[in-house]
Amino acid sequence: MPKDNSTVEGGIGAATTRREDIRFLTGEGQYTDDINLTGQAHAVFARSDVANGVIKSIDTTAAEAMPGVLAIFTGEDFVEVGGNPAGWLINSRDGEPMKEPKRPVLAHGKVRHVGDAYAAVIAETKQQARDAVEALEVEIEELPAVIDMASAIEGGGLVHDEIDTNICFDWGWIEDNRAATDEAIKNAPHVTTLELVNNRLVPNAMEPRASTADYNPGTDEYTLYTTSQNPHLTRLLISAFVLGIPENKLRVVAPDVGGGFGSKIYHYGEEALVLAAAKKLKRPVKWTATRSEAFLTDAHGRDHVTKIELACEKDGTFIAFRTETMANVGAYLSNFSTATPTFLHGTLMAGNYTVPNVYVNVKAVFTNTAPVDAYRGAGRPEATYSIERIIDMTARELGMDPVELRRKNFVKPDQYPFASAAGLEYDSGNYDRQMDKLEKMIDREGFAARRAESEAKGKLRGLGVNAYIEACGIAPSNLVGVLGSRVGLYDAATVRVNATGNLSVMVGAHSHGQGHETAFPQVVADMLGIEAASIDIVHGDTAKIPFGMGTYGSRSLAVCGSAVVRATEKIIAKAKKIAAHMLEASDADIELKDGQFSVAGTDKSVSFGEVALKAYIPHQFPIEDIEPGLEETAFYDPANFTYPSGAYACEVEVDPETGKVTVERFAAADDFGNIINPMIVTGQVHGGLGQGIGQALVEQTAYDSDGQLLSASYMDYAMPRADDLPFYQVDHDDGTPCTHNPLGVKGCGEAGAIGSPPTVVNAVVDALQSGGHEVTHVDMPLTPSRVWSAMQG
Amino acid sequence: MAQVSMTVNGKTVSGEVEGRTLLVEFLRNDLNLTGTHVGCDTSQCGACVVHVNGEAVKACTMFAAEAEGADVGTIEGQANADGSLNVIQQAFQDHHGLQCGFCTPGMVMSTAALLKDNPKPTEAEVRTYLEGNICRCTGYHNIVKAIMAASGQDVSAIAAE
Repeated sequence: MPKDNSTVEGGIGAATTRREDIRFLTGEGQYTDDINLTGQAHAVFARSDVANGVIKSIDTTAAEAMPGVLAIFTGEDFVEVGGNPAGWLINSRDGEPMKEPKRPVLAHGKVRHVGDAYAAVIAETKQQARDAVEALEVEIEELPAVIDMASAIEGGGLVHDEIDTNICFDWGWIEDNRAATDEAIKNAPHVTTLELVNNRLVPNAMEPRASTADYNPGTDEYTLYTTSQNPHLTRLLISAFVLGIPENKLRVVAPDVGGGFGSKIYHYGEEALVLAAAKKLKRPVKWTATRSEAFLTDAHGRDHVTKIELACEKDGTFIAFRTETMANVGAYLSNFSTATPTFLHGTLMAGNYTVPNVYVNVKAVFTNTAPVDAYRGAGRPEATYSIERIIDMTARELGMDPVELRRKNFVKPDQYPFASAAGLEYDSGNYDRQMDKLEKMIDREGFAARRAESEAKGKLRGLGVNAYIEACGIAPSNLVGVLGSRVGLYDAATVRVNATGNLSVMVGAHSHGQGHETAFPQVVADMLGIEAASIDIVHGDTAKIPFGMGTYGSRSLAVCGSAVVRATEKIIAKAKKIAAHMLEASDADIELKDGQFSVAGTDKSVSFGEVALKAYIPHQFPIEDIEPGLEETAFYDPANFTYPSGAYACEVEVDPETGKVTVERFAAADDFGNIINPMIVTGQVHGGLGQGIGQALVEQTAYDSDGQLLSASYMDYAMPRADDLPFYQVDHDDGTPCTHNPLGVKGCGEAGAIGSPPTVVNAVVDALQSGGHEVTHVDMPLTPSRVWSAMQG
Repeated sequence: MAQVSMTVNGKTVSGEVEGRTLLVEFLRNDLNLTGTHVGCDTSQCGACVVHVNGEAVKACTMFAAEAEGADVGTIEGQANADGSLNVIQQAFQDHHGLQCGFCTPGMVMSTAALLKDNPKPTEAEVRTYLEGNICRCTGYHNIVKAIMAASGQDVSAIAAE
């Protein structure tokens, strides 16, 4: 398993169209804001309009007298409850643990970024709550804001008064390799140095966050409907850290969720607020973010400033990578914010290469801006961008072909398992084969002719190529525990065979665009030899599903899918026992094929459906050997990360008059291991490419020096539109299977966003150089103004 | 509060609205037609596109009171009479033109308006027309492909799946 040619219609490898599409295409999807509970009230938040300030007073008298107002909460109401914690403990180079300021439900004492909520009004209608927020009399004494990371480190004001620094941690990876890396670089024949910015992004799932809480005073039970990528983790955080509601009294439901891209992994204060308000008022309380609130308060992504050095021999053999990075964590630590710039970034800093020395230094910096956390790719795009930009620069300095320089240093197929110099063990891959495929896909041989055509039109044309590797299938609990994770990162599945032979499969992963409802049944159908249409996936409701860790880090299929396989194997083992009893044979002699259990070497058989029925009507059942029922649960904890990899190429045209960049062609040759549904995988790559090209060309989150978010709407934040992007060529056939999970899958959700930013920038630099411009680097986003300015020298 | 009545998906409906109530709020909150989505507050994202008297309109740009007497169409009224997907909806499913589904109703409604005026749009025309509909999941590849397929054009030569 998996099979190359599944014998089951709609099994593994089939490009089955998605069953969930029907409800989305007819308006029958049910997103959190679509849920309206009888008697619900509405919450609206009062948010800081300054980046740093002392809350002197909040007078609620006038607001309380407004029509429809039911309750007003301020930070004072949550002083006695816990804070929203960081999920990873990172230690600094000197062994000191990171600084962990409390992140309260509502700001108390100080506000620390524009959008920081300090009060909430609950009213009969949303309009009434909004009006009453306007009537709050609030005095906030504005303080100078700490926005720029360099000045935050050098001793501007403090974001948190209770800690004496804005540096959350100063992390070295691998600290023991520091001296050897320094020495290698000092003695190297060639060293390239590049300073670059990985631009700050807003994830921008199209569905804004929303949370509705219900409280049942009769049973003291809460239900929270919320836009979450991982309902069990949200429940755990609320229960164990924030409100102390017992887990068995809190049900978290993440229904249809309109995209996440990381921003809906985390627990946010609004979820706690509506729960507390629902209990106080004994009626449901609903909150839905406006897009402006999403810009101000969703966890942002990236925001690294990096100096990277690549040392190599004269022939291009890599000797060392060394980086110094400032990573913005914003005003508070979001749940994964300390893992993202460290273990999801530094561990990938050897790339696809046999480089023997790697040292990574990351200083995480508090600023008076929104929290920054994992966004599609999370740390790995930052690593890939640094590595693949500087390799291109080194190739130019050495006068080598950038593809040949990469090939010279690639890990080769006979070197697996390969221990990278950044501390990971890559299990499989074939980077040369991806590059071979890529050069054909992009028709590299034809590039010169296409460049000549562009030049004839007065345009510059460039070709950019790069490789990437990522660590996905997050994550082996043993390993991440050593690295500071405060949670395990297994997943879980329950396979329930119903008496009439159809199946419900309850999974810990959450689908918010990934197509789990279609892809997961393909796996089970293939294993059981029954039609996928008889198998339903249940996800997103802690009252229905086993405790899983949700969807992010390209983990759903590699981790939760493996749990589905393990649970289905248990089903098969028990079903064989039942079949053996029915057929009066030994269970060792029972074979399962095409949905039939048969006795080997005979024509005696029973169908899967007959076995299912027998499990629930256990007349003459050997109950001392076999329990009634047919339902099994498995938890799966991966042995290692998975390592998707690939090679990307793009061709751009640059208008030398305006600096406008157009992506003319883009090719992606990915290795995701085995593929369950190629249509869905292709769609995932497309989406990642759209976001990666968006980062490279148009997207920029901009704060002014006072901490005002200048790009706080779609009027100001450039989302990639259809006419910014090309058709993509995508190929993920012939992958090298993952060696340590039962499906041999690696994960595909983040690849496009990880691999594509350097492709675009490499191509633009190539175009500019072809026009005689001595440009070696331009920081993203490559807007016309930046490119034009770079051409002016 | 004012009384408003209109035709929505062929049925006459009425309700009481404030002057500031948007058409999209009336559809979602008063009529429980939650297929029309709200993705922004600046009329940029296009998740709330509906048809008003046959024209594509962002339902967040119009007050409910302005739709008095209008003929309004929403995503809930797009399927064929027998409940099967219409040509545009079917093309989106066949070509994987949606992922999370949140922008999808607006995409389908905009596509219907595009194809009414331009039955065989070129790729460039489709991409330009979608300026007012933002999707964060698909990178637009399969949306553009689905729209061209829905217009009856052969899309088999378009790259990848």
